[in-house]
Amino acid sequence: MTDGAMQARQPVGTAIRTEDLRKTYKTQRGDVPAVRGIDLNVPSGELFGLLGPNGAGKSTTIGMLTTLVLPTGGRAWVAGIDVVADPVGVKRRIGVVTQNNTLDMQLTVTENLEFRSRFFGLGPREATRRAEQLIDAFGLGDRRKAMATDLSGGQARRLLIARALVHRPEVLFLDEPTAGLDPQTRVNLWDILRVLHDQGQSILLTTHYMEEAEALCDRIAVVDHGEVLAAGTVDELKDGTGADTVITVRYEGEVPEGLAADSGLTGRPGVGKVETDHDRIRVFASEPEGVLGELVAAGTRAGLTVRDAAQLKPSLETVFLNLTGREYRE
Amino acid sequence: MTSTTSTMTPPAGDAGQAAAAGAGTGPAIAALITEAPVPQPTLAKTFAAMMAREFRVLRRNAVGTFTRAVMQPLLFVFVFTYVMPKIGGGFMFGGGAGASAAGSVNFATILVPGLMASMLLMQGIMAVTFPLVMEFSWQRTIEDRALAPVPIGVLATQKITAGAAQAFIGALIVFPIVLVVHAAGQAPHVHVTNWPLLVVILVTASLLTASLGLLLGTVMDPRKMQMLFAVILLPATMLGCVYYPWAALHQIRWLQYLVLVNPMVYMSEGLRAVLTPGSPHMAMWAILTVLVGGTVIFGYLGARTFTRRVLN
Repeated sequence: MTDGAMQARQPVGTAIRTEDLRKTYKTQRGDVPAVRGIDLNVPSGELFGLLGPNGAGKSTTIGMLTTLVLPTGGRAWVAGIDVVADPVGVKRRIGVVTQNNTLDMQLTVTENLEFRSRFFGLGPREATRRAEQLIDAFGLGDRRKAMATDLSGGQARRLLIARALVHRPEVLFLDEPTAGLDPQTRVNLWDILRVLHDQGQSILLTTHYMEEAEALCDRIAVVDHGEVLAAGTVDELKDGTGADTVITVRYEGEVPEGLAADSGLTGRPGVGKVETDHDRIRVFASEPEGVLGELVAAGTRAGLTVRDAAQLKPSLETVFLNLTGREYRE
Repeated sequence: MTSTTSTMTPPAGDAGQAAAAGAGTGPAIAALITEAPVPQPTLAKTFAAMMAREFRVLRRNAVGTFTRAVMQPLLFVFVFTYVMPKIGGGFMFGGGAGASAAGSVNFATILVPGLMASMLLMQGIMAVTFPLVMEFSWQRTIEDRALAPVPIGVLATQKITAGAAQAFIGALIVFPIVLVVHAAGQAPHVHVTNWPLLVVILVTASLLTASLGLLLGTVMDPRKMQMLFAVILLPATMLGCVYYPWAALHQIRWLQYLVLVNPMVYMSEGLRAVLTPGSPHMAMWAILTVLVGGTVIFGYLGARTFTRRVLN
């Protein structure tokens, strides 16, 4: 489904919308653009992912949407409210799981939830009830009296998510929710997010893990250098960018001009782009059979031995490769 | 509800079961959305909740805070109004320059308002500056409070209010100590005739120190926190008319004018005027002008730098 179709279907129920959203930081070394004009349209109930390597501008984008970073250009609305014109209105309607551990270190687990509930207008008794409900749901029962400083990484992350949910936010933001967690805890958090999503919770998360975006998100925007390179469902991205299987062969020396042509792969049916990059050749192919063999043979004819070779199945990683010409580093 | 459980990843052996137990169950998570209270936040409710949070933390750290508040003034009055008079050092204070300017006023009488003012400054800055520097450090826990549904300026005001409350309590704790601890014949002459004015002075002085604390907390480099004592707290106290009345400085004219830039002077003198009217003190209009004006200026500057640092 395209952005336009989404908008037509749900003109009111839009969780997040941005128009040419920009942020340039002024530093001593001059202006540093962190976000250079991002357009997003996330309908209510969607689990949307911003995927990109570290430093791509994801956290700055989430910062602007959650009112803590002031945009230097463009506009953004969360739950229909302008983030610059009415930040308090936005803050009432969002829950935010920050990348850092921003728990109140002076308080216990229970108190973290109780006081957050009261910040959002619940009475003391209601706040206690809500805190108990969250503690049970997030399996923190045996840690309820522990100080926030004494929690493990996984427990702290669960408490951060629980705390973001105290007031049943219209939109839940998670900035790198599983960064630095062990695989089991990560899968656990995925399950929690899936359940929330099934209940119709609108969610925007940022991640630099390809498999996380692929496993969780309805739609994804691939972000790099402060720009959206492509957006859509995982399948759309794979189809739309022609990201087929990617075969990369690295030779012992510089690839001579003409080797790609000599391989006979250029223009062959089922083969897309053939890229030469210093000592390597990269082939994007929908029919990858035989491609590796041709590349090895072409190398041998040119007097080059193969140092290593890799074949990536169609995935977000190949999408990223295709969009940026660079390999994805987490 | 059944549809939600089906989305859970099936537990894989022991690790899976342990994790499932650790993270609760699908239906319980789902109920967080379906069975959620409807909050009605207002500025007043959020502000009150933030103050409640400060008092909860204060209560938890009560012993530490109390000890910190009491030790300095207690030892000070013990040494200077008990030990020194006993061992014969009393002439220095009983008949020194301060006393000659103050007529028959003894050192204990000078110290009561002075130490209360010094307590206000210490507590105001400790209560606001130190936590703030922590909150702005690498984990930026300030974001927790910044996401509460109030403007950032209200958050700054709340920090000043909480710090002022702590400073006020600190001054009240000091009062009985400096009143009671002294050698025979060295009792301070405390005589309050204008109670409302005492409250006004205490409240404005508390707000002034907390506002200064906010400004310092937002401009200080966390790596240079030790400098706070050397560059701010120590000079402010030693040259803040804590241990001598301002009038007594007439013998050192240049210093008498120089210390006028120190807000601490007006806090000491203000308390001196209302607690020990027998000792010489500055004019009340000057005191109140600086206490109120200083609060407004430091509060405004502090809130501005605070907002700038919270919002990138």
